[in-house]
Amino acid sequence: MTDVLLRQRSEDPVAPRDVVRRSARRTRNWAALVWVAPAFGMYALFVLYPMLQSIQYSFYDWDGIGPAKPAGLDNWKAIFTQPELLHSVEHAFILIVFYSVLPVGLGLVAAALIRELRPGAFSTTARVMLFIPQVLPLVAAGIAWTWMYSSDGLVNQVLRAVGLERHTRAWLGDFTFALPAVGVIGVWVMLGFCTVLLLAGIGKIEPELYEAARLDGAGRVHEFLAVTLPGLRRELVVCTTFTVIAALASFDVIQISTQGGPGYQTMVPGVEIYRLTFLQQHVGQASALAVFLAALVLVIIWPIQRLGRER
Amino acid sequence: MTESTVAQRVTRTGILLALMLFAIVPLLSMFTTALAEPGSTPRGLTWPGDPHWHNFVDAWSSANFLALFRSSILIVVGVVPATVVMATAAGYALAQLNVPFGKVIYGLLVVGLTLPFEALITPLYYDLQSMGLLGSRFAIVLPLIGLLMPFGVFWMRAHFLGIEPALTEAAKVDGATGWQTFRRIHLPLATSAWSALAVLFFLASWNQYLLPLVLVDDPSKRTVAGGLGAFQGQHGTDVVLLCAGSLLIMLPSLVIFLIFQRNFVRALMQGAVK
Repeated sequence: MTDVLLRQRSEDPVAPRDVVRRSARRTRNWAALVWVAPAFGMYALFVLYPMLQSIQYSFYDWDGIGPAKPAGLDNWKAIFTQPELLHSVEHAFILIVFYSVLPVGLGLVAAALIRELRPGAFSTTARVMLFIPQVLPLVAAGIAWTWMYSSDGLVNQVLRAVGLERHTRAWLGDFTFALPAVGVIGVWVMLGFCTVLLLAGIGKIEPELYEAARLDGAGRVHEFLAVTLPGLRRELVVCTTFTVIAALASFDVIQISTQGGPGYQTMVPGVEIYRLTFLQQHVGQASALAVFLAALVLVIIWPIQRLGRER
Repeated sequence: MTESTVAQRVTRTGILLALMLFAIVPLLSMFTTALAEPGSTPRGLTWPGDPHWHNFVDAWSSANFLALFRSSILIVVGVVPATVVMATAAGYALAQLNVPFGKVIYGLLVVGLTLPFEALITPLYYDLQSMGLLGSRFAIVLPLIGLLMPFGVFWMRAHFLGIEPALTEAAKVDGATGWQTFRRIHLPLATSAWSALAVLFFLASWNQYLLPLVLVDDPSKRTVAGGLGAFQGQHGTDVVLLCAGSLLIMLPSLVIFLIFQRNFVRALMQGAVK
């Protein structure tokens, strides 16, 4: 969704309205601040100010009650030296594969498949059904999948039915499989969003481009690479941005399904921040991780957005 | 039609059906489990011989869902209209009026689009504590208004930027004041934009989990999603009751989505890739 601003920015120089604006800009409309003030006020009070506080806290050692002791860069160093903290950041990166790469890839496949259907009940059903996980509370998604992965859950039931009894396990309690299992929940949640967005994008590609490709004797794969993918550039940027943020900032699903366990196998920064502040009272350490997470999101989103801007 | 294209078509439909199955099966498994005998541990996806519909009633009363729904509605009513109104006003001003430092204000708001809620939750806790609001619904409502604001302003500004400046100019020539131009011309044209925003904000508030978990101790003052977290803590071992309860809290989100499905998806596309 951040994509909107990019396009508008790049359009500004040529837009005729810019001329109008420039002439009007001489008279700054101070009264217009009144329109912006409530929105910006709430934002400043409950987002900007707390963000600055987080930065400040990150340089202190504070248990939330007593006096805070200056801690220099200790909390920041810990992020790179304490295994639990470092692992949580690594896991967030692994989750990008599940929350972002797989849903975008499968979303492309699903969108291409739905596109080839005749518009009708089946294509609508497919779209709606795939999108449903996205609108449900993530808490409920966590509960549904915790049940799916449990010893008596559907995953093991299916494995038993096809004779793979020895591969059954309590998936979320397994040191090797817990993180990918949690990741699959991310695929489930994000797939519909990517499919629907990409589907809309495919609909906007000029049919002439496909005809031209076909006349040139392009096969299915070549057509996809030469026409569909470039035509979907903006939608792909929006999907990737949205899902990467969701991956790095995941909390609900993991807090409900594993709480970071077994051991630290599924610990992510979001859950670690919660635990540090509210269970262990390491407010300074939690804040350093919080600021680091926020910066990480910005640093990763930035190049993706740049990619969408070039044409 | 040749045999190979038939085979291709079957494969393609097969892949699509598999993806659809993947999306729906966890919910089906939950549904059949919710109907199993109370206290039993059923198998993943098995239709119970004797469906216990009463489980939904039991889940409703044991999680005190009436109080939770009431609480969620209060939170939604506190968050959604206020946020939509403020975001519409700000989006309009930033797109159509010459707000002093408009670029700076907008730039700061855009940064907020990427900020994870977890990055703010620690200071928010201590701020609300010092305001004396911790534990009340205001502790959820007020921060949520601030947290949803970047997206709201972003969304509405994008809509108002798409309006022809000639329209505003024409109104000015006709002698309309700034307020009249907004009220009579721009606001009616923005109906689909702000109503889609209201649906998105409804879902975001209703499904909100982190803020209630941290800022309100009493589960009956949380959102339903927040309350469900507490319910899971208490009844985590009773799979049947847990599944029934989860389905109950999903229902409003699901119904709202299905009702607005058409507009919702369309608005999402327009807003996202305009």
